[in-house]
Amino acid sequence: MKELLSGNEAVARGAYESGVKVASAYPGTPSTEILQNLARYEGVYAEWAPNEKVAFEVGIGASMAGVRALVAMKHVGLNVAADPFMTFAYTGVNGGFVLACADDPGMHSSQNEQDNRYFARFAMVPLFEPSDSQEAKDMVGVALQVSEEYDTPSILRLTTRVSHSKGIVRLGSPSGRPPGGFSRDRKKYVMIPAYARIRHPMVLDRLGKLKELSERTALNRIEWGKSSVGIICSGISYQYAKEVIPEASFLKLGMSYPIPERKIRRFASKVRKLLVVEELEPFLEEQIQAMGIKVEGKKYFPRLDEYSPEIVEEGLRKAKVLRRARVSMAPTPQAASLPRPPVMCPGCPHRSFFFALNQAKGIVLSDIGCYTLSVLPPLEAIDSCICMGASISTAHGVAKAIQEAQPEEKRPVFAVIGDSTFLHSGVTSLMDVAYNKGNVKVVILDNRTTGMTGGQDHPGTGKTLQGEETRQVDLPKLVESLGIRRVRVVDPYDLKTTSQVIKEEVSSEEPSVIITNRPCVMLEKFDPSLVHKVDQELCEGCGICLRLGCPAIVPGEVIPSKKEGGKLRRKAEIDPTLCRGCTVCEQLCKQGAISMAGA
Amino acid sequence: MAKKKNAVKNILIVGVGGQGVILASDILAEVAMTSGLDVKKSEVHGMAQRGGVVSSHVRFGNRVSSPLIPKGEADVLLSFELAEALRWLGFLKPEGKALVNSQKVVPPIVSTGLAQYPQEAEETLKKSPGGSILVDALSLAEELGNPRLVNTILLGMTSRLLELPEPNWKKVILQRVPKAFKELNLKAFEKGKSLV
Repeated sequence: MKELLSGNEAVARGAYESGVKVASAYPGTPSTEILQNLARYEGVYAEWAPNEKVAFEVGIGASMAGVRALVAMKHVGLNVAADPFMTFAYTGVNGGFVLACADDPGMHSSQNEQDNRYFARFAMVPLFEPSDSQEAKDMVGVALQVSEEYDTPSILRLTTRVSHSKGIVRLGSPSGRPPGGFSRDRKKYVMIPAYARIRHPMVLDRLGKLKELSERTALNRIEWGKSSVGIICSGISYQYAKEVIPEASFLKLGMSYPIPERKIRRFASKVRKLLVVEELEPFLEEQIQAMGIKVEGKKYFPRLDEYSPEIVEEGLRKAKVLRRARVSMAPTPQAASLPRPPVMCPGCPHRSFFFALNQAKGIVLSDIGCYTLSVLPPLEAIDSCICMGASISTAHGVAKAIQEAQPEEKRPVFAVIGDSTFLHSGVTSLMDVAYNKGNVKVVILDNRTTGMTGGQDHPGTGKTLQGEETRQVDLPKLVESLGIRRVRVVDPYDLKTTSQVIKEEVSSEEPSVIITNRPCVMLEKFDPSLVHKVDQELCEGCGICLRLGCPAIVPGEVIPSKKEGGKLRRKAEIDPTLCRGCTVCEQLCKQGAISMAGA
Repeated sequence: MAKKKNAVKNILIVGVGGQGVILASDILAEVAMTSGLDVKKSEVHGMAQRGGVVSSHVRFGNRVSSPLIPKGEADVLLSFELAEALRWLGFLKPEGKALVNSQKVVPPIVSTGLAQYPQEAEETLKKSPGGSILVDALSLAEELGNPRLVNTILLGMTSRLLELPEPNWKKVILQRVPKAFKELNLKAFEKGKSLV
């Protein structure tokens, strides 16, 4: 059986075929679909955890109990999970453990483009890098087997192009080792200093054995071609290099940490020019240089952004190993540069909230989610975005700095954070504000989903990964229990009340939490009876509705200027296929020109 | 070497988030696979889906390495939106053809006066060396009875430029649509074919 699978679908399939019993993850592009797909297989327990650290620890527990476990996250998720990860590298496993971690070179949907391969070296654990879907599936099995044989967690490192590209995959049947059981072994699992001191030398010893494995494994293979150039590569870079210069000799590293030093020496000795083609950091290049081998990489290939066949081709040209003439291209037309930044959806409850918040003229520390898009024109509503959960704690820091040293600063300090992000890592920050008598106005934009990653459930939605009903976090109660006395719930579609509530909370001297209660429009069914229209007779082209930046509101007919050389005005129109009937533009229109189309 | 490269067909499908670009590329990739070929396809999910630019690369042949089409090597550019066709025109081979739905999706950044929708887009496309075919697929779909048929009309057009067996196209499309819409989708596919 063959199927066309994305890298993420293939990882899920690989976990199923390898007998993974427990899987946990927090959604994060480009890793999200791994758990969504794994949840569909029988005989695998899969869950959304509130954050990556929790997911990782659930996986550790499952491994301790003797079953195979998979945890999945995006690259920055491992920063959150680094604490358990680093020490789990000491304890090792019982059941096999694989961390599927997806980097995002080019930052398609991320706040940085860190190269997580360094985490493997940091923790001294084996690293596997698939370059297509078939390898993604196969390497899950290998990673688990290595995990068990060498008593170590394994990392399967994906990148956006591997996770989100589809390729043909041969399906197998589920197998894997029979689950063991929880075996008490305190010197292995209780990492008090005395026992950790026993484990650390074992980590070093294990690394030596993994080096031997790296020499032997078929995942690290030499494909001999011309001896004039040898290319060492891993992951998706292999495919690009193979596309552009298939005649070269290749050393493809499927297991890219620890590196196979003898194999590399042998390869290097048989080619006249040795190049490393790797996206992001010179991870392989520097290790090979440290072996005293003459090798080049970042001299020709960028350290920034995602690679493409063109980028690899350009690098090979600079390195003077590619001399073929470039295929002539059709020129890209001048007018091709229409900016089309991602926008909040029509009817998105975040839009109206930020419109109201802008009137408060505060300092707004934001977080990670769809609402981060409010930084772009026309809203331009937020001042920071660092990492998951940072909004509340950075706002607390700003407020304390003002209180201590800047008495002239009168602007209120806001933190805005989504429901999923708040439960991920905002709760402890809010605890800090309450405990340390801060004065931050915290807004929880509760749209009852993890929006930016495509709408995943979380502990606040009342539904599990499988869509089953479950216990639900009561946000107002949770916030109150942290010590916040002022908790307000508002409907962000109601501009007037929302503005009023913001004003009232700003005038208070203590911290408060405003919770918006409209669900994400993507969760709601489209109701054509709610669609709005602009009365072309009444519209004067003032443009206030256009300032919302709603994709459904578009400029229409030009109104000729009354004065010579006066400003050109355009009437507004509403695209009936896009309008969701949130009524916010209707509330803004001073001419009363906007109303329900059916009315 | 040149021969091997020519054996891979490259189709770049582009549009705006929510238009159905990814579904169309899924169907094309599936048709190629059921025709016994190696296939890769690639696109980016996530943030870009929120009204942003979407592009999906589909490649098939005897053996495909890169999931991304090298710039200047696309045989066909299928665009769901007018300005998007311009953005990606440079991916075409000199003799590559652009199939374009002339529908405009105007981003809010234009409505707020911060950018301009490209003028004379149709003229520029018509002048492209390999030629372009512009159709108002939305109106055609509405004439057939459902605006959602845009996708199938565009696939019908694409099918004329690729040597993939027609029964495979129909089989894959029919697998993906609800029972009540099967007839209509076959009509839309035929309509698309008639336009190229």
